Amino acid sequence: MSNADQRTDVSEGSSGDEYAVSVPEGRGRDRDADGEASTIIESRDLSVWYNDNQALRSVSMEIPEKRVTAMVGPSGCGKSTYLRSINRMNDLIDAARVEGEMLFNGKNVYDDDVDPVALRRRIGMVFQQPNPFPKSIYDNVAYGLRLQDRTENLDEKVEQALRKAALWDEVKDQLDQSGLDLSGGQQQRLCIARAIAVDPEVVLMDEPASALDPVATSKIEDLIDEMAEEYTVVIVTHNMQQAARISDKTAVFLTGGELVEFDDTEKIFENPENERVEDYITGKFG
Amino acid sequence: MSGDGATEGLTRRTQNSSRELLAKAFFFGCAALSVATTLSIIGLLVYEAAKFFTISAPLLGIEGPTATLTEFFTGSEWGLQGPNLGVMPLVAVTLMVTIGSGLIAIPLGVATALYLSEYASERARSYLKPALEILAGVPSIIYGIFAVAYITPVLDAFFGVDGLFNVASACIVVGIMILPMVASVSEDAMQAVPDDLRQAGYGMGATKYDVSTGVVVPAAASGIFSSFILALSRAIGETMAVTLAGGSLAREFDPTSIASYLSLFDPDSYLEPGMTMTAAMIQLLTGDVTGGGLAYRSLFAVGLVLFVITLAMNVLSDLIARHYQEDYQ
Repeated sequence: MSNADQRTDVSEGSSGDEYAVSVPEGRGRDRDADGEASTIIESRDLSVWYNDNQALRSVSMEIPEKRVTAMVGPSGCGKSTYLRSINRMNDLIDAARVEGEMLFNGKNVYDDDVDPVALRRRIGMVFQQPNPFPKSIYDNVAYGLRLQDRTENLDEKVEQALRKAALWDEVKDQLDQSGLDLSGGQQQRLCIARAIAVDPEVVLMDEPASALDPVATSKIEDLIDEMAEEYTVVIVTHNMQQAARISDKTAVFLTGGELVEFDDTEKIFENPENERVEDYITGKFG
Repeated sequence: MSGDGATEGLTRRTQNSSRELLAKAFFFGCAALSVATTLSIIGLLVYEAAKFFTISAPLLGIEGPTATLTEFFTGSEWGLQGPNLGVMPLVAVTLMVTIGSGLIAIPLGVATALYLSEYASERARSYLKPALEILAGVPSIIYGIFAVAYITPVLDAFFGVDGLFNVASACIVVGIMILPMVASVSEDAMQAVPDDLRQAGYGMGATKYDVSTGVVVPAAASGIFSSFILALSRAIGETMAVTLAGGSLAREFDPTSIASYLSLFDPDSYLEPGMTMTAAMIQLLTGDVTGGGLAYRSLFAVGLVLFVITLAMNVLSDLIARHYQEDYQ
């Protein structure tokens, strides 16, 4: 990837050289092709506590690059916690405590020398509630680029991001209007444009369509499918059908913060190993 | 089924019970009282001020000395005895105190609010907030004494001031007085910014500083502006501290010359004494003013100007808040 050199190094100091930041050649494979993609994110025995409540229990999982990985499970199962521990958003919660490893390109993001700010510039995030800034559409998309002083050809980059988010045609004549004037579905696509404008490697999505109507939802789903060409997408959803439709891999968390099964989506939905997973997917509980 | 039994009790009309009616009347009376008081004060202010002006006094059947609107609004001197009845010299000093205290309280207040809202730990907040509230609760006479006894000597040591009184001292002390208001109203506005927006910022790889200045402040802009206006209104109306610190010597100020407006921004002019509108009113009241005389009536005229200015500030604050409300959700 040619833009690897533009990216901010995740770690501070010289120890950043310990792991390869640049992405090796020949990885941009067709996602429909058979065969395994390489791993970009891997957790090893990751446990998270909020005060005395354990939200994740020793979760180990390998998330493939340029694939859509879905995390499903009932409320409080830890799927969002897992997502937020990838880009260290849990750091913002004082009560949160993490044990184990979360490897991003082979580097444990919880190592002392990792700067969460730099990490989040490479792992973007889209939230459950569309949360555009109270700024113009243009400024929303340009926000991350300006943060990183990557303002060369800003107009072009903003347009590109909006096009990728399938929003350009709808907003190209009103770029200076407030992002809050858009509909909910458009706002969420704006948030996606904002996240991908900085060219992250991974985009984390926390139930990105749960606040949207079915039409807006299907637009977001189409978009996620396209995004997997370029980005690794990790999506939390409580909607089984959505996970089945859009993901390559599915991780099923059940109550207690346990990862019960993680496999190809097809396998999970057609022939899960675990009985509880089958019960959950067929709607017998949850 | 018999209809009697099924509908029994459903027809009682509780909203017309005597207790409900009495309560409603009582609460209305309380609400009406404050409105009536305000309206009466405004009415009296206008009525008494009208006796002061040549143009309106005859309408009220008042004889004796009066002042023309021209001399009141364009006169370059304010003096108790005689013909010098220009209000602008007083307005100018009030403006100086407002500008000076705003320059101190606005940046410090917003920075304090940012610290409290975005940076402070729960523990630090639990000490700082009450401290700010205490600052807001100190009687203004104490601030006035503090200005004369401590601020003026320090100013003298650095810049050299003549005598006990100067406008700079009044600016500093009023700045300290209104700082808690800027900080606390701004902080409330910042706390009201949805956490979603902060998360969005952090999720983009923003630092705490980026989120505070680039996300929280713009989103809280209407509340922050309101805090400025509220605080500046307070500075305009402040009496005790500015009278003590600034003194009771009316400045000369020619409203028809541009140079005099420029002098409002000249740092040196702040090192001299000056009398605000409020200080002039105090002087009128505490001096041997005979009721009904021209000086007495001028008190109401100055009061009316003061009232109109603060009213305009309040309306402005409302307009700004509404304007930003539209922009930011």
